[in-house]
Amino acid sequence: MLPTTNVKTLERVVIRFSGDSGDGMQLAGNIFSNVSAGEGNLISTFPDYPAEIRAPQGSLGGVSGYQVSVGKGVHTPGDEADVLVAMNPAALKTNLRYLKKGGVIVCDGDSFTAANLRKAEYKTDDPVTELGIDPNRIMLVPMATLLKNTLADSGMDSKGIMKCKNMLALGLICWLFDLPVEKVIARIEKKFAKKPAIAEANAKVIRAGWDYGHNTHSSMSTYRIESDEAKPGTYVDVNGNTATAWGLIMASEKSGRPLFLGSYPITPATDILHELAKRKDLGVKACQMEDEIAGVCSAIGASYAGHMAVTTTSGPGLALKSEGIGLAVMAELPLVVIDVQRGGPSTGLPTKTEQTDLMQALYGRNGESPLCVVAAASPTDCFHMAFEAARIAMEHMTPVILLTDAFIANGSSAWRVPEESEYPEIHPHALTTDRLAGGWRPFDRDAETFARFWAAPGMEGAMHRVGGLEKDFNTSVISNDGKNHERMVQTRREKVARIANDIPALEVVGDKNAKTVLVGWGGTYGHLLTACNELNADGHPVALAHFRYINPLPANALEVLRGYDNIIVAELNTGMFADYLQMHLPGKEVKRINKIEGQPFMVKEIVEGVINHTK
Amino acid sequence: MEDIKTTFAAGDYKNEQTPRWCPGCGDHAILNVLHKAMAEIGVAPKDTVVISGIGCSSRLPYYMNTYGMHTIHGRAAAIATGVKTSRPELTVWQISGDGDGLAIGGNHFIHALRRNIDINILLFNNRIYGLTKGQYSPTSARGTISKSSPYGTTEDPFIPAELCFGARGNFFARGFDISLDTTKEIMVAAARHRGASVVEVLQNCVIFNNGVYSFMSDKEKRDEHTIHLRHGEKMLFGKDLEMGLVQEGFGLKAVKVGEDGYTLDDVLTHDAHCRDYVLHQQLAMMDGLTLPMAIGVIRDVEASSYESDVAAQVEEVKGRKNYGGLRDMILKTTESWVVE
Repeated sequence: MLPTTNVKTLERVVIRFSGDSGDGMQLAGNIFSNVSAGEGNLISTFPDYPAEIRAPQGSLGGVSGYQVSVGKGVHTPGDEADVLVAMNPAALKTNLRYLKKGGVIVCDGDSFTAANLRKAEYKTDDPVTELGIDPNRIMLVPMATLLKNTLADSGMDSKGIMKCKNMLALGLICWLFDLPVEKVIARIEKKFAKKPAIAEANAKVIRAGWDYGHNTHSSMSTYRIESDEAKPGTYVDVNGNTATAWGLIMASEKSGRPLFLGSYPITPATDILHELAKRKDLGVKACQMEDEIAGVCSAIGASYAGHMAVTTTSGPGLALKSEGIGLAVMAELPLVVIDVQRGGPSTGLPTKTEQTDLMQALYGRNGESPLCVVAAASPTDCFHMAFEAARIAMEHMTPVILLTDAFIANGSSAWRVPEESEYPEIHPHALTTDRLAGGWRPFDRDAETFARFWAAPGMEGAMHRVGGLEKDFNTSVISNDGKNHERMVQTRREKVARIANDIPALEVVGDKNAKTVLVGWGGTYGHLLTACNELNADGHPVALAHFRYINPLPANALEVLRGYDNIIVAELNTGMFADYLQMHLPGKEVKRINKIEGQPFMVKEIVEGVINHTK
Repeated sequence: MEDIKTTFAAGDYKNEQTPRWCPGCGDHAILNVLHKAMAEIGVAPKDTVVISGIGCSSRLPYYMNTYGMHTIHGRAAAIATGVKTSRPELTVWQISGDGDGLAIGGNHFIHALRRNIDINILLFNNRIYGLTKGQYSPTSARGTISKSSPYGTTEDPFIPAELCFGARGNFFARGFDISLDTTKEIMVAAARHRGASVVEVLQNCVIFNNGVYSFMSDKEKRDEHTIHLRHGEKMLFGKDLEMGLVQEGFGLKAVKVGEDGYTLDDVLTHDAHCRDYVLHQQLAMMDGLTLPMAIGVIRDVEASSYESDVAAQVEEVKGRKNYGGLRDMILKTTESWVVE
């Protein structure tokens, strides 16, 4: 590797790749983050893509972004980018606001044609001046020219040559961050193992990008990223949706119950269906049904038949599934419902993130219809919480809703692949033949958990009927009796409440002596933890209580929160979890930090919010 | 060792609950026929699952000594699909009325047929909503006067068979609540058919739609207004089987055998196994007025079924990939790196 003279060391860096949806920015970002992770860095990534599949090339609406954060103590993809890669004038215009003050821009200078400037709605022919960019901070790289020269004798047509543009940018970024170009090329060769010509062309282009940076911008600082000490093990880069699918498979392996998925495509949850459909190779039955309702109903059928049953969706789909979920509540069948939250109401902002389905998950059904609600904190935590959702469902005989969101579903982090022995066995609350002798009835319950016994067809002597009608507490036969109904309502409620005995206690991190607790739930964890760390480092003592178990709350949760003078809930809605906690904490003021812009928090927004609330 | 029971009587499928249908309701008879049909089919109660939606007929699972589920309005087909796909070895019955199956559950009905999931759909068609006390249904004839159509409906009904064939269904049979032998015979045929089977049972609602079928079901009218189709047999009807169905132009025509030059050779022979459903549809569309209402198995065509294809595909890819489990799959299919 050529020596670089002016190297700065950084704890963590944020790079934002932006371009047309078809520019391959996600692949470039992905390779960069994976190679960085291989060097021992923590990584966090987030794609920001438009709802349109292919908006017109070069237009403002067609720009997609992919943000990568690598280094030490990385818990989020970063508020603002240190480096912005923009492949055309439209990308430059729409993504400039994500660049840190003093950050560097790498831009395709050849893309600044009159036509592209017009499509991106510039008023002048000089975007740099028009946008007020410091010319010393922008590298206008003649990418098209470089590509043509590099691949002149490759035999590729010009369309094919232009497809390598993302790799040229990647080469440049590798130079800028002193990343070993050989390892990047090794990945490319692996990825295109069946297409050696493409692998070779891409490798050439990556080197050309690196050389270009080194030769023409040698005065510009390059960076070396500090690495963290990761726990030993084998790592993969995984996004939240894939981790969710894998967590479900782990639960199926640990419970011995085959996995059945009934689903219907919906953004941003569809990738869970995609992954589980592939996993027919592990015995998963993943069925794409005719609609959301059939998705949940087929899962309910599979659950009655003794399978570990799952349905996956997003907010609008959860609304359609409400009645079906109510049936699972009444029939007391295990069911995992995964809601990857997106901006609402109605179709809302399908590709953007929000935490606005909390009340729907808790209360969005007719009648007294309690169920367990849990939430995943990060892309990799989706694995753990999907496992937990399935465990609770099968051990406590209840539907469980797992809330994730577009941010963690599409975002990714390095994840240590757990050994099989790291996860506990799941013991479904199954009917055993010894109970039949005493005259078993379908709504007989465990004395401790109140869970009824799961009896699947095929079992001799346990033929029984369940359904949506109220049952008699003692005989399990349908009943219209008012007093019995009240007893059953209370019993189902208590069954869910008692799950609190079977989930981990709430843990608080941050300053042990703080009087202020920052509270969050679900996918905002990384931002809240980073904000908490920054606040404490800046002399604002604060603790962090992050919730993954929402209903029931961990047994110690309210007592822990009552110990603080200041309770501040930060969430991506108008205050749903704050309202929920306020209901449980009469006499205590629950303060709020809210954002409903379809985007994750910025750390600085939380920091400012906490400071304002504690003045 | 205890003897494992392999033959069953109707009583083995019946439980101690007293049916709560109105006295005189056709559902009582259909329930009894179903118990008998199940005994003849011979699948053990423990391996039989009966799934219903909502409506009068959907109460039926409560009167069965099998596994069963009384679910929510319209969704029985979807729930039955989940049961059968996860556990193909079970025999699954769906009980729906005309409202449950064809109005609120219309989408699941057509997709269950298209997918050809091996469930037996008993469609109780009384052309009225009973449990909500007398509104017209999607099978009510145009002009039907009901509580929600006091001046008569202004819409045309579904003909369930037509919907079934349009959705590429491979089995359709029709019976009457009053002709019990025929109904039992077609229930057995439906269960033996692999893939989705629809058994439409025309049924009288004594309270809200009494006599809706009497124009053809009354004893003195039955011979003339209905025809019992059997695969491989001539399409004959009438008191002395003196009438026959012949093809004329693009349609069917009822003729008297031996008159106007028509002989027995001219009368059509029923072929339920014919893949092309055009003639099946013409037979199923006969309304009992101008041409006799067709009873019996109208269509019964072999095709591969969804749940067995899913199971076969799972086995095929499992064998091909041969992963040791989740972790093995992840490490073999995903780019990974080791931190020491």
